[in-house]
Amino acid sequence: MTTSSHLRIRHLSVAFGGQSVLRDVSLDVPDRKITVIIGPSGCGKTTLLKSLNRLLDSVEGARVTGSIFVDEDDINDPKVEVTRIRKKMGLLSQKPQVLPMSIFDNIAYGPRLHGVRNKAVLSALVEKELRAAGLWDEVKDRLHGPASRLSVGQQQRLCLARGLAVEPEIILGDEPTSALDPQSSRIVEQRLMALKADYTVIVVTHILRQARRIADYIAFLYLGELVEHGPAAEVFAAPRDARTKAYLTGEIS
Amino acid sequence: MTRLYRRQSGMSGRRRPGPAMMGFRRRAEERFFKALMIVSTGIVMGSLLLIVGTIIVKGLPALNLDMITKTPQGGFYLGKEGGILNAILGSLYLAGGATLLALVLSLPLALFLDLEARTRTGAAARLRFALDVLWGIPSIVYGAFGFVLMALVGLRTSLLAGIIVVALLELPIMTRAMDEVLRLVPDSLKDASASLGATRLETSLRVVLRQCLPGLLTAVLIAFGRGVGDAASVLFTAGFTDNLPTSLFQPAATLPLAIFFQLGTPFPEVRARAYASAAVLTLVILIVSLAARWLSRKLGKHTLS
Repeated sequence: MTTSSHLRIRHLSVAFGGQSVLRDVSLDVPDRKITVIIGPSGCGKTTLLKSLNRLLDSVEGARVTGSIFVDEDDINDPKVEVTRIRKKMGLLSQKPQVLPMSIFDNIAYGPRLHGVRNKAVLSALVEKELRAAGLWDEVKDRLHGPASRLSVGQQQRLCLARGLAVEPEIILGDEPTSALDPQSSRIVEQRLMALKADYTVIVVTHILRQARRIADYIAFLYLGELVEHGPAAEVFAAPRDARTKAYLTGEIS
Repeated sequence: MTRLYRRQSGMSGRRRPGPAMMGFRRRAEERFFKALMIVSTGIVMGSLLLIVGTIIVKGLPALNLDMITKTPQGGFYLGKEGGILNAILGSLYLAGGATLLALVLSLPLALFLDLEARTRTGAAARLRFALDVLWGIPSIVYGAFGFVLMALVGLRTSLLAGIIVVALLELPIMTRAMDEVLRLVPDSLKDASASLGATRLETSLRVVLRQCLPGLLTAVLIAFGRGVGDAASVLFTAGFTDNLPTSLFQPAATLPLAIFFQLGTPFPEVRARAYASAAVLTLVILIVSLAARWLSRKLGKHTLS
């Protein structure tokens, strides 16, 4: 399978205070597909995701080596403006993290940062993104109420809408359904599936069934090492590495 | 449910002789600590009631409209006509000005601590330690320090000098109180803002401050309370006068000093006025606290719990 890829990871290693968390990870993330990173707890999945939009910058003692190319820029190059990199990536965290403001302002926050001031433009944008996240009908009557009053499932979809509002190219999901009830999980999964038509989606999960449901491409991390990666159908049907096989059959978890 | 919880909570305890013995000892422990909590709560509440009660019982008879609308007339400290409007206004100006000045310095300092704490824990820890030491310095030392400083630059006892010294006194209190509030902001919230392309400053100003507004207001209030009630730091720096404060460069009266001077007289009616002044001071703090609470509830509408 040959696909284009504008997110390429090359020899990425991450260590926290001397303890190695990721070792020499290289991966081309296919465009407009859902790439799911699977692996047991503590294998470095979240670290890999965080390194993609340089959230490790603010972690004391984190040492990152190697390159991550987004288009042609190496984001680990100190000359690259970090806000520009992050703008290209929407992040869904494990627990939805709404901002302490109204629903409307949560979504308008990003565009305002990047210079959109016109009220009509912002309103249109808010509606469009809320619709894309499948939340519009539930919140259209209380756009100016506090976002914190939404249910957790609604909050996660709000976070998705908020991320989309800055027009990213890549959507990062760090176990985005782990705090949600089954119904909300399903909605978020469906949204992600719909979004891959326009975005490159990377989701971290430790739920294998979820990976089977949504993945086009699989990357298996084990103890900080990228053991195997490939199209989901191939990896699930015929894992090449013994450790992948053991993980998929539930011998290690 | 409670029994189950108790049983479990004791599981990690030391090894005990026998089952029968164990039950008795653990129940006795439980009762002892419960009694201890009740006693300490009682002491705290009791002293508060006692203080407020004393002020009201001794001060109320002397409290009248003249007290809060007039300045001291001739012979006020001998029991004659007048009031303490000079001290009320002086205290409000002084503590208000000092709190504003302290706020201007504290907020950036607290935000700096918050920003640096994630990546440069060493520097932040040293700064926190310095502030804690400053917090512990008695206010008379601030007063003396301020006096020396005034002599150096040729500033006389004045409202301005008092404001500066009280601001210095309030600074560590306000900064550390704000710092504690800011530390409660989860990293994931900052990450969420950052991943939308916000700079660290934008995150601090637009998200962290908003989330912390109620707590920050409390920090300002704590500092104001300390500033308005302190006598030692203003003794040498703001001085005292029977006139209303009209200029930053004139001395200003303050309530704590008014209380101090009136209590120091041998006349019972003047000492009663000292208690009345204390009641006024307590009332000022009460009003400011209530206003701040109301404001923080208004501002905290969007705060995440």
